[in-house]
Amino acid sequence: MNKYMLYLNSKRCIGCHGCEVHCKTNKRLPEGPLLCEISHEPLKMVGGVPKTEFQFRSCYHCEEPYCVPVCPTGAMQKRADGIVFVEQEKCIGCMACVGACPWGVPQHNPATGKVVKCDYCLDRVDAGLKPACVTRCTTHALKFVTLTEL
Amino acid sequence: MTTRSVWSMCGMCTVRCPIRVETEGDEVTWIEGNPHLLEGALCAKGSAGMALLKDEERPLSPMIRKGGRGAGRWERVSWYAALDYVADKLNAIIKEHGPESIMMSCRGGPFMDLIKAFCHAVGSPNFSNHDSACGRNVHHASLSVYGLGRKDFVYDLKKCKHLILFGRNILASLRPAEVNQVMDMLDAGGTMTYVDVRQTLTGIKADRFFLVTPGTDYALALGMIHEVIKQGVYDQEFIDRYVADFDKLVAFVEPYTADWAAKECGVKADRIKEFVTEIGSQRPKVVFHPGWMLSRYRDSFYASRALHILNVLMGNVEVEGGQIFAKGAGDCGVKGIRSLDAQVPKPTAKRADGVGWKYQHFDKGPGLFHLFYDAMLTGEPYPLKALICMRHDPFTCFPDPQAQKEALDKLDLLVSVDTHYSEFGWYSDVILPESTFLERDSIIATQKGPKPRFIKRNKAIAPMHDTKSLYEIIKQLADRLGVGQYFPGSSIEELWAWQLEPTGFSLKDFDAKGFISLTDKPVMFDRNHLDGKFKTPSGKIEMVSGKLTEAGLESLKPYESPEKPPKGHFRLVFGRSPVHAHSHTVNNPLLYELMPENTLWINKRQAARLGVNDGDLVDVGVCGCSGTIKAHLTEFIHPEAVYMAHGFGRQVPLQSRAYHAGMADQKLMKGMLQEMDPAGGGLNLCECFVTVRRSAKNPKRMVEL
Repeated sequence: MNKYMLYLNSKRCIGCHGCEVHCKTNKRLPEGPLLCEISHEPLKMVGGVPKTEFQFRSCYHCEEPYCVPVCPTGAMQKRADGIVFVEQEKCIGCMACVGACPWGVPQHNPATGKVVKCDYCLDRVDAGLKPACVTRCTTHALKFVTLTEL
Repeated sequence: MTTRSVWSMCGMCTVRCPIRVETEGDEVTWIEGNPHLLEGALCAKGSAGMALLKDEERPLSPMIRKGGRGAGRWERVSWYAALDYVADKLNAIIKEHGPESIMMSCRGGPFMDLIKAFCHAVGSPNFSNHDSACGRNVHHASLSVYGLGRKDFVYDLKKCKHLILFGRNILASLRPAEVNQVMDMLDAGGTMTYVDVRQTLTGIKADRFFLVTPGTDYALALGMIHEVIKQGVYDQEFIDRYVADFDKLVAFVEPYTADWAAKECGVKADRIKEFVTEIGSQRPKVVFHPGWMLSRYRDSFYASRALHILNVLMGNVEVEGGQIFAKGAGDCGVKGIRSLDAQVPKPTAKRADGVGWKYQHFDKGPGLFHLFYDAMLTGEPYPLKALICMRHDPFTCFPDPQAQKEALDKLDLLVSVDTHYSEFGWYSDVILPESTFLERDSIIATQKGPKPRFIKRNKAIAPMHDTKSLYEIIKQLADRLGVGQYFPGSSIEELWAWQLEPTGFSLKDFDAKGFISLTDKPVMFDRNHLDGKFKTPSGKIEMVSGKLTEAGLESLKPYESPEKPPKGHFRLVFGRSPVHAHSHTVNNPLLYELMPENTLWINKRQAARLGVNDGDLVDVGVCGCSGTIKAHLTEFIHPEAVYMAHGFGRQVPLQSRAYHAGMADQKLMKGMLQEMDPAGGGLNLCECFVTVRRSAKNPKRMVEL
């Protein structure tokens, strides 16, 4: 079972798109790939106020990911704690995973010619820290949650 | 490789958040908000500082103009040659026209002491900044009510029960500390009321929204004052104690009923009345934000003044959840840092913008930049010959760049000190490239508030290119102009030590947290003994300002309806997005990716009338000046107005991303350079009417071969 989850408190999120850039700078990504995304529905009138709420989306770290078995080199892996990640040294940039994922989560990194995706900043998680998007979230709306079995 | 951690301050926008930076060798690997003050919080712009560092589409070495102004022919030169060039020109100008013919300007903020000191050391009183296109109306309104500037109060938003924002798009303007206070307040069950001509990022979090007719903020505020008095929900005790001429206010607002205001603003009277009843039960923890960038309408000064007055009626001064006097070092029993400017003899010449002699009711500090253009053109009161702009782009900040150029052509020397190519820089004679905030040190400054502190920016890495910090640039220019003695020490470390000396603190005291806290607990004055704190002529909070009366101006100005847009026209309003710091960041690779261009917001029904669909290109024009931009259709903008984010439509060819991306509102403001509120000194930037039509540039057919 997955151990972690990213949770957005949409009441607190102001749609500043900070998380998207925090992620990109931490992963040294150039223009192009976007590993997490803030979006919103069109504004609707609710009690006299035009309202909308923001949603956050990154990799779902599927229980049974489509991207892992299609990887010809074993670069795309799922760890015991549920984190789906790409081992950069093994990735040959064939993009098979990009086609396999229904949500287009793995993306081509033009700077390396390889695939890049959200891995909850596993180097930070392993060092006892939180993912970049959570650590620097402008309003502390994003939370890195450790799931416990009931 | 060793990882270093550096305390510093962000410089992507003018909020200047405290940050912690990690480096490995000469690489910046991490930026986060200072954990002690912001718990890591940083906005998209702050993170994109790492992209700014790597971006080579910024001035990388000093440049001297070769061709005509604005022609874009530059010669890269050494710092030695560039500083000699500027100093020789300045010395010649001083010799022929006197030092007062030199003008200097900046973006304002906590490090102004250095620039002010340089301007005054050279012998010129003509120091200015961008504020006449920003907060001057709010500042002057605050002075007229309290005798204190707008920054002499801070708002305890976290603990307030009701925050009222008149067009203050507080969440998109994004001061992270303040934004977190607002979110904490909402989380704790606080209420937010938002007033604007369009719905914004802030408005979607509000509990109440007034979509008002553009230019009627003053009417709504007057209606609220009337209703507060009528319902008797004001703080009588506070008013009796500290307020002068309350009876004159009562008589003045008599005709401005809630029903009248509702009609004038296009909102429902009942909603104003129930709003007032609600705040009546929540005061004094009610904050009317007096506005930030309020250089908008002809009566914005009076609108801001009315908002200040509403705060007074709530009795929210020096209470938790209200507005609190900003405390300095002295209030904590600590001696303040040494000021550079205080060591420099004050220049004796009168200011060329007329502030302090022709206009006695304005704050002399930075004066009013736009009034200098008049002096340039007329040579009165004396000729101006040189302008140095430091991280300030008047062509983006003020209306009608073409008119500005005509005035600037009377000058012999234009110098731009900036981290990026500004449009002014592109037109100037010399560009002195400033290092990015990650590559420069800044002087120590005091951040006032209930818990004041000393703050300092430290460079995280050495400059990647041939750029310098503003301190180094000013110091080296000052030496060349023979006024180096006013900038003590031979390095920033020595200057820091000199600044800190009287305080009893040492540079080491910054090491633990990146700042020096001057108190553990918030310093609060005794609310029952605030006498002497208000610096008005009467010493009271003035409903009728002694200073305005002396200047022959009204304090309680009768309301006049705004001009209606002429047939076929819309009122052009502008604002900002949370991902850009106006023009400063449009060319940043990562922020450009988030928002590469601006759009024209137009009301759906109006667009249907014009045959414009969402995403269509539209031509926006005024008096022969026009541009093309994509339309964004929404029901949530007043039909009289169209809106665009400010800072786009840039024309510096070396900024390949920002070049001609989107449209610039200020370039449509033909002939509006001198249109200011005579009482507040702010420009009337939202008094511009434009036509909108579906552009012929929308493709109909496409021949391929």
